[in-house]
Order: sequence, then C-alpha cells, then structure tokens
Amino acid sequence: MLRIAPTLALLVLLGPVFFGLLATIIPAFGYFPALGGETLTLDPIRNLLLEPGIYRSSMISLWTGLGTTVISLLVVAGFVAGWSGTNWFRTMQHTISPLLSVPHAAAAFGLAFMITPSGWLFRLISPEISGLTRPADLLIINDPAGLSMMAGLVLKEIPFLFLVTLSALPQVKPRRFAHVATSLGYGRMAGFIYCIWPRIYPQIRLAVFAVIAYASSVVDVALILGPTNPAPLAVRLVGWMNDPDLTMRFQASAGAVLQLLITAFALLIWIALEKIGGFFLMMKRCQGNRFANDNPMRIFVLVLISLSIGMVFAGLAILAMWSVSGLWPFPDVLPSSFSLKSWSRQIGTLARPFWITITIGVASTLIALVIALACLEREQRTGNTGGNQAMFLLYLPLLIPQASFVFGLQLFFLMSGIDASLFGLVLVHIVFVLPYLFLSLADPWRAWDKRYGFAAKTMHAGDNRIFWSVRAPMLLRSILVAAAVGFAVSIGQYLPTVLIGAGRWPTITTEAVALASGGDRRLIGVYAFLQMALPFIGFSIAAIIPAVLFANRRDMKASS
Amino acid sequence: MFKKLLLALSAATFLTGSVQAADLSDWGAIEKAAKGQTVYFNAWGGAQNINDYISWAGDTIKERYGVNVIHVKLDDTANAVAKVVAEKAAGTDKGGSIDLIWINGENFASMKRQGLMLSPGWADKLPNWKLVDWKNKPTITTDFTVATEGYESPWGMAKMVFFHDTARKGTMPDSFAELVAWTGKNPGRFTYPSPPDFVGSSFLKQALSETVADPARLLMPVVESEFETITAPLFAKLDEMHPNLWRSGRTYPKNKEAMRQLLADNEVDIAFAFSPAEASNAIANGELPDSVRSFVFSKGTLGNTHFVAIPYNANSSEGALVLANFLISAEAQLRKQDPKIWGDPTVLNMSALSMEQQKGFNDLDQGLATLSPGDLGPTLNEPHASWMTRLEKEWSRRYGVAN
Amino acid sequence: MEISAKQPLVLDNIAINLEGRLLISIDQTIAPGDVLSVMGPSGSGKSSLLAYIAGFLDPAFSASGRALLGDRVLTNLPAEQRRVGMLFQDPLLFPHMSVEENLLFAIPHSVKSGAERKLRVKSALETADLQGYQDRDPATLSGGQQARIALMRVLLAEPGALLLDEPFSKLDAKLKSQTRKFVFEEARKRDLPVLLVTHDEIDADEAGGKVFNLENTEEQ
Repeated sequence: MLRIAPTLALLVLLGPVFFGLLATIIPAFGYFPALGGETLTLDPIRNLLLEPGIYRSSMISLWTGLGTTVISLLVVAGFVAGWSGTNWFRTMQHTISPLLSVPHAAAAFGLAFMITPSGWLFRLISPEISGLTRPADLLIINDPAGLSMMAGLVLKEIPFLFLVTLSALPQVKPRRFAHVATSLGYGRMAGFIYCIWPRIYPQIRLAVFAVIAYASSVVDVALILGPTNPAPLAVRLVGWMNDPDLTMRFQASAGAVLQLLITAFALLIWIALEKIGGFFLMMKRCQGNRFANDNPMRIFVLVLISLSIGMVFAGLAILAMWSVSGLWPFPDVLPSSFSLKSWSRQIGTLARPFWITITIGVASTLIALVIALACLEREQRTGNTGGNQAMFLLYLPLLIPQASFVFGLQLFFLMSGIDASLFGLVLVHIVFVLPYLFLSLADPWRAWDKRYGFAAKTMHAGDNRIFWSVRAPMLLRSILVAAAVGFAVSIGQYLPTVLIGAGRWPTITTEAVALASGGDRRLIGVYAFLQMALPFIGFSIAAIIPAVLFANRRDMKASS
Repeated sequence: MFKKLLLALSAATFLTGSVQAADLSDWGAIEKAAKGQTVYFNAWGGAQNINDYISWAGDTIKERYGVNVIHVKLDDTANAVAKVVAEKAAGTDKGGSIDLIWINGENFASMKRQGLMLSPGWADKLPNWKLVDWKNKPTITTDFTVATEGYESPWGMAKMVFFHDTARKGTMPDSFAELVAWTGKNPGRFTYPSPPDFVGSSFLKQALSETVADPARLLMPVVESEFETITAPLFAKLDEMHPNLWRSGRTYPKNKEAMRQLLADNEVDIAFAFSPAEASNAIANGELPDSVRSFVFSKGTLGNTHFVAIPYNANSSEGALVLANFLISAEAQLRKQDPKIWGDPTVLNMSALSMEQQKGFNDLDQGLATLSPGDLGPTLNEPHASWMTRLEKEWSRRYGVAN
Repeated sequence: MEISAKQPLVLDNIAINLEGRLLISIDQTIAPGDVLSVMGPSGSGKSSLLAYIAGFLDPAFSASGRALLGDRVLTNLPAEQRRVGMLFQDPLLFPHMSVEENLLFAIPHSVKSGAERKLRVKSALETADLQGYQDRDPATLSGGQQARIALMRVLLAEPGALLLDEPFSKLDAKLKSQTRKFVFEEARKRDLPVLLVTHDEIDADEAGGKVFNLENTEEQ
C-alpha cells in the first residue's frame, strides 16, 4: 500500500495537469470533434489575436505577475534581512501566519472596501481633512495599469513568501554568518543579503515561481480589483469559456495556450532578473559596499510590511462591519445603524454553499492528507526523499496557470461524464490542496527526532506501531496544521470550482465572487466574512485538539 | 443537508428519464412525475430580494408538489446557455444539468436557433396560461422580435426606469440627448454598466432607439453594410458623453447593482434599472436613502418581458413545468409585484383573476419611489435581438480598450 | 521466556566504513553479564557500531560482518525483531505518553493480561525508586529520573542484550555516577551482555569490563 503512495501522488497531481493541458492545447488548433472541429487550423489563434485589446490584456497579465512578485519578494527579503532575530521579527511572525489562511478573494474585497474613493480610508479623512462630501471621481480600484490588483495580490503573497522563507531560514544557520558580516563592518541588511540570502533563495525559488504563475493568471482577484477595459487575459479567457457561442470554445483554448505562454515568458524574464540581481549583488559584495547605516531602510521596510498586514486586518474588519450595517452613506466612518438583516436573510441561501464548501474541503483534505502521510512515511522507511525532482513535480500544478489546464480538464470531465459531480470537484481540489499540505507537513515530519523511532524499534515495535503510537501522535499538531492549510486552500479555490462545478456546486467562494459583480457591500461582507472564518475555524480546531489531548504533557506544547 | 446533497447527486445520476414526449394535456400525470424531482433553476443570482423570492417559490413547490428546487446562481445567463451548448456537444441529450433558465432576448434567440429548447412549445399549454395577458402585452409572445412560440413562459414585465436622489439638487434629463448634455454639465456623475451586461446593453439600445433615423429599421435583423450609417448618430453622442462619465469612462460598473451602489455612495447622481420598483426595493432594504425617486423619459423607454425556459435535455422537465406553471399563478405573481419583495409588474390579465386576487393586486403598496403605471410613460419596442449582439461587439471594439 | 537462557553477544568481524574510510573494525564476544566498553573520541563513529547492531545504520555507512545473539544472526533481521535494548544519549521518553504508558509500550505484546502489565510497570517503578509515578508527565521529571525510566523501559521489553550510547553524558557529575551504577547493576542482575560506547574513561572504569580502544583500529 505504501509502495504505491508516491506513484498515486504523482498520478493525482500530474494526471489532471497533463490531460487538462492536452485537452486545452488540441482545441486551440481547431481540433475537437465534439464541438465540430474536425481539422487542424490556426483559425482559433487568428481570431484570438484579432480580439480587441488582446495585446494589452496579455501585457497586464505579464506585468501584474512580475510586479507582484518583485514587490512581495523585496519586502520579504528586506524585512528578513533587516529584522530577523529581533523581537519585532517574532511579533510579525505571529501576526502574519494567520494571513496565509485568508482566501485571496476575501483579502481583495477587504482592500477594495478600504481604498475605493467611497471606501473607508477616504471616509476617515472626509469631510474634515479632504473637504469631500461626496466621493472623489478617482480611478483607484480597477485601474487600467492593474496597480490595485497588484496591491491586492501583494497583500497575500507577502505572508506566503515570508512563511516559506521562515522555514528555509534555520537550515542556513543565519546568526553565525550575520555576526561575521557585522564584525567586518557591514550593515545588518547588507550582511544578510550578501551572505545569507544567496543560500536561502534556492530553497524558496519554486515558491517564488508559484507566485509568478499565480499572479499572472489569477481570476478572482482580477475580477474584484483588476482592470476592466480590457481585463487581464485570464478573466477574458473565462468569459470566452462561458460564451454561448460554441465556436468561442476554440478561441478560449487558444487563449488558454496564450496564458500558458505569458506565464512561461514571465518565468523566463524572472530567471533573467535573477541573473542580473545575482550579478549586481556579487559586484557590490566584491566592491565591499558596506551600507553600514541602513536604519532608514530598515524602518522603511518595517513600515511597508506593517502597512500590508494592517491593511488586510483592517479590510477584513470593514468587511465584517458591512455585513452587519444598515444604511452607511459616504462620508460616515461608521454605519448609521447596525442590523443582522443581511445575515438573517442569508441563512437560507447560505446553507447549501456552506455545506458544499465543507464537504469538498474536508474530503479533499482527508484524501490529500492520507497520500501525503503515506509518501512521507514511505520516505522515512526507505530513506528515499526523491530529492529536487520530487519537489519540482510537487510544485508543478502551482507553476502552471490554473485557467490553462482546468479548462481542458472541464472538457475532459465533460467527455468522460463525471462533470459537475462532487467527485470531479474533490479531485481537482486535491491537485491544489496536496502540494500545500505536503509542503506544510514535510518539514516537521522530517525534523522529527528519528531516535524515538529507533528507541521504539529496540522495544520490538514494528513500523506500523511506531507510526500510529509514536510518530503520528507526537506530530499530531503538525498533521492538523497541515490539514488546516489544505482545508484553507480548498476554501479559497475559485476558478477550478467554477469551471468544474459548472455552477451546480456553489461554494462560499464562488458565491462571494459572483456577488462581487453586484457590488452589494453587505452581501459581500457576509460571504467574505464566512470565507475567512472557515479557514480560521480549521486552524482553531488544529490548535485545540492537541491542546486538549496533551493538556498534561509539557513537551507537547506548541513550541513557538 | 447532507441528505439533500445525496439526493441531488442521485437525482442527477440516476433519474435520466426524459419527458420530451410529456403530455401537457394530462397535467395530473406531470405533477405526479414531478414529485421527488430536483429542479436546477439557473437564474441570475446577484440580487438578494430576487434570490429570496426564488427560494420562497422553491419552498412552496416543495411543500405542495414534492419538487426540490435548487437555485443555481448565475452572474451571466450566457453561462447557462453555454452549459447546454457544451452538453449538446458532448452528446448529453438526456439528464442535462439545467432544468429551468431565467432568460430572454439574445439568449433566448440563441437557444431557440440552436434547437436547445424543450420542444414542442409548452408554455401556452400550462394550466395557468389562461391567466396570462398575452393579448395586451405583445412582448409576451414576441421576445425581442423573436416569436416565443411557447418555448418560454413569461415571468415578469420590465421597463427601463431611472432614479436619482432628490436630496441632491439638479434637474434630471428627459431624453438621451438631454442626458448627454447633462453629463457635460455634471462630469463624472453618470455611468452605465458595461455591455454585455443586460442593463448596460439595454441602455445602448435605448440610446439607439432615440438616435436612429428610422425606428422601424431596428425591428429587422442587422444588415452589416448599413450598420455604420444607422449607428453613426448613436456613437457620435456616446463619443461626446464618454469623457464626462464616471472615472472618465475608463472603467464601468459591472451591472445595475454595482451602479446602484455608486448612487448610494454618492459617486454618481443617476442610476437606472429594468424594473419600476427597483428604487423602492432598495430603499426598503436600506441600500438607498428614502429620498430617492424614479423618473422616465417622456418620449418613452424600453420595455420587455422576461421568461423561464426549459432546455431540451433537462433532467427534471416535469418538475420544471410545475415550477413554471406556479410562477404564473396569481399567488406567485402577486408576491412578485409586491415592491417589498420584488416589485416586478405582473404578466397576468387582471380581468382573468378572481375578485379577491384582483383586490390583492390593487391593495399593493407600490412603495415610495415607484411610479404608478400611468406615470411610466410610453414603451419603446425592443430592437431585433441581433442589434444587441452587434452593438455589444461594436461597443467593445470602440470602448472595450480604454486608455 | 526464551530470553531467560542468557546468551552472549557476538561481534563477528564487524567493519564499518564511511565514504571509503574505515571507522571501526571489531571482532569481540560479550558474555552474559559482561560489559565491553568501546572508547573513542567524538566523531570516531563509535555510535555507528551500535546502530549497525541494533539495525538502523544510516545508509551513508557501509558495513560488513555479523552481530549474533547466541547463534541467532541479528544483522539479517529487521530492527524490531532483534531484541537488543538500547539507551541513547537522551532518555527519549515519548512526550505524548504518561510514564506508565511509556513503560506499557515496551512490555511484549505476548503479555495479554492488563493487570499483569500494570503489575510489571509498578514493580519496574519500584526498582527505579519512583513508586507512584505512573501518571506523571515525563517532561516534568528530573534528568536522573528520566534516565532511570528510560532504562526500565528498555528492560521491560525483555532484550537479549543492552547497547549503551553514552547514556550518561548529559547528566551532571553526581547524577552520572548514581545512574551509571544503577544501569550496570540492573543489567548484571539480568545477566545481559552489555556493549557501552563512550569517550569518558570513568564510564569504562565503572563498567568494570574489557575496554576496546577505537584509536587502535586505525593503527591496526
């Protein structure tokens, strides 16, 4: 059973990606008999290129993908360089972790509610400071350059990259090298960037690639904050995929291939940027530039990261407030009245998406958890980790734009008749849940002191007994946290749920994004609040169960 | 709840019996077959009051006929049409995933043209059809110039109505031309939902109807060679207006709800909808201040009917028929016209109703901001459905890529 | 119990290499009740000898030769079937279990009666002078107490030999000598062959048995 675990994992991860891509690429060249495409032709691609604003849409995707990544990575690198080992750093570590579980859409809504001209930040300074009694006619969200969309993405990618960096940090033993650099007169940040960053970066590189792929092809955040005329490529794709005109499916496929190319191009540019950055660093290093006085820079980075975290929390608070507000006209900072009307009216309609969300989340998490545990346990027993190659395969679904293969997967499911079933949805969720769950579990699993296992073996305990009685209970907290991560990932899935579920399996997230078009802030508040509450509940359960089970076991307390 | 899921799942998987040949003259048999079925009602889901109405209808049907109704919330009806298209392409001619669609206009024309409708026409054979006022309401039998032929059953009437907040000063325009002039004097204070949103496209058609030289030309399909000439005055006016729109026309609200939110946030001064009770509704829900009032153009605004239709491959067509029939009952229509609930004008003929039912309609409180039927002004004909498609395409070509 | 007939631990021409470098080469027999102390500085790979005998040598090492308990060849068996007990530098009491659960974990499955299992725990605790500690959280015990529990846990598993991997190195001087004495006494009582690796000469002295100096290997 364990022997097939890695194969099963690869099948579950790569099967959908492979068949999805195949069923996307072939129709792009006009071949899909079921839709009347019998011959290979370049027409879909030609039509795609004739689409108004297609070049602009592609450039927006490329630009937001790279821009998001550059900003997020710089902030994270700057913060870790300037502050690791300080109390500020530890505080930030605790504040930022919960943000990872906030779905992208909820964070985007929160930001939108803050920064639009009728949003909370303007209300805060109106009319006293700004002199505005009605909202300024400013194009802030949905700006053509995609800046607000990028901001929304950055808010979520900073926590992601920060936590990935954090897990890479101990392996390079940063403190010792930092001390050497400082003693040679280098500034804190310079010392870190010169000596420690080059060894951290390779470990987080795949995560950075995943950010590029995600940000260059995101749909839900783009729908909420992104440019509209034209929209980023992925948003337009989804429009074509749903067009009543049958022939648009071919163009949608061609668009999905274009999306794939754009993301690949973004990755290539990034690799070039890596080389340039590396060269620049080496030059500065060899010249002995010490940047000894880096306090202004350190404070700047601290302010940036605090702002980004504060923005998410404030946005979520405003969302929650809208969900219980009565009439709340501009420029009032607080609603004129509070009411639970939005909630009470929703109870009936909420129930179904709520339970579907839970069902899909729990099912995909459980299956992914079993696969991940089986892989890790097999790795433990055979000593074979699969190395970098396995890591790359694990990341692969995160490096390919969702729209590119999920659309093909939809066609594929449609042909095989499992379309719109809960089974298909769970399957496609696993593709995204498994990598995150595995990544979250692998480190604590591998860091477990193997000697406990040896000790158990000398007491005649076999592998299975060790797994169930020693290792799994000792790592229960990590297992549950990984499961909570998986659950949160499932909650946040928009595009795969919409495309595969075909509207028949609405989740809290698809409902929330569908409501985005309606602009009713109270309603959005209700759904977005639930969207962030569900992962939070998952993490709370993950914290409470071990705390109760091991209430009287001092060494089982959460270490950090 | 889990039971419901399982039920829905098993219904979708196993009950693939088709009723294409259902005999509408034996309504009792249809109600019997409908019992236990699950109807996936694909309807736009962006407005809470409408969602509430649909869930009320579902609960009622469940109680009376044992039919489960699941509201599949769409953000664009075209998605549901696309779904049927895809199912047909995949050879899913039975057991399709959509049982009833809220539809009209372009989407109806497209489905009818592609043969995606339950056939033969069934709407005029429903028991409650005798209550429908098809004689005096021509849009019930001609949907955007396309004959309905019983392929869709009327659900409600719609008319384009504008609204504004009387607490803010200023006179409101009385025609599209005046509106363009008004935006010149009030830059940034007007916008419309970006086509192909239904209300946004309707605004284009309203503008086209007012600017076209020969309105009769719009009742016929678009002829490509004439399109530019016919629409030249329209686009000249739009070109003039766009720089003065909200956000200078660089972005648009996605639909009328988003536009209404802009009015509530005091970002724009005028909003509009395709439902006379829209403003009263929003006031009742605390979404607009109670100083908002409706107005129309004195020379007329567009009006039409919206419908429900059953795809040819519906899995629970009997259940869908029962629901469609219920939706045109006096009870359901009265509730639909109640501004506190939805506020959509009924499709029924008052004289076909009992005295008590008529009284119900007469006693409805129309709400603060709803114009009485007499004040709604003349109704402009909907252009042929091909105009909407062509206008949307041209709009996206001209304004879809803003700078 | 088969274990009651005590048998010697035979190290039959064992050689352990790391990256082509010979770390250890040893050919010794330890009689029941005897102690063999293997001395060597840290990094000399002496722990890998124990790992090889117990069955969890890291695959980075290569090893040849056999370990036998009497005429039973250990090196062919999976680790959990070798029946050699081992004490590590740390007590490694399972942190999620109570003291009693830790000890119950070690008692062979063949002892079915719950009452009998609890009785064995009780008497083991008495031996360790920790009566009534059943429900304690191991993390709340002192280092010496933990070391004694760890020994009792190993012994409850009824091993045929005892391997000691510097089990006293982390204790302070006074505790170290007490614990050391306790371990050797208990092992001798049970007539177990004991293999001790250490870099501490006092450990080897106290053990009282033969001393095998690892530095000699390389010279040989």
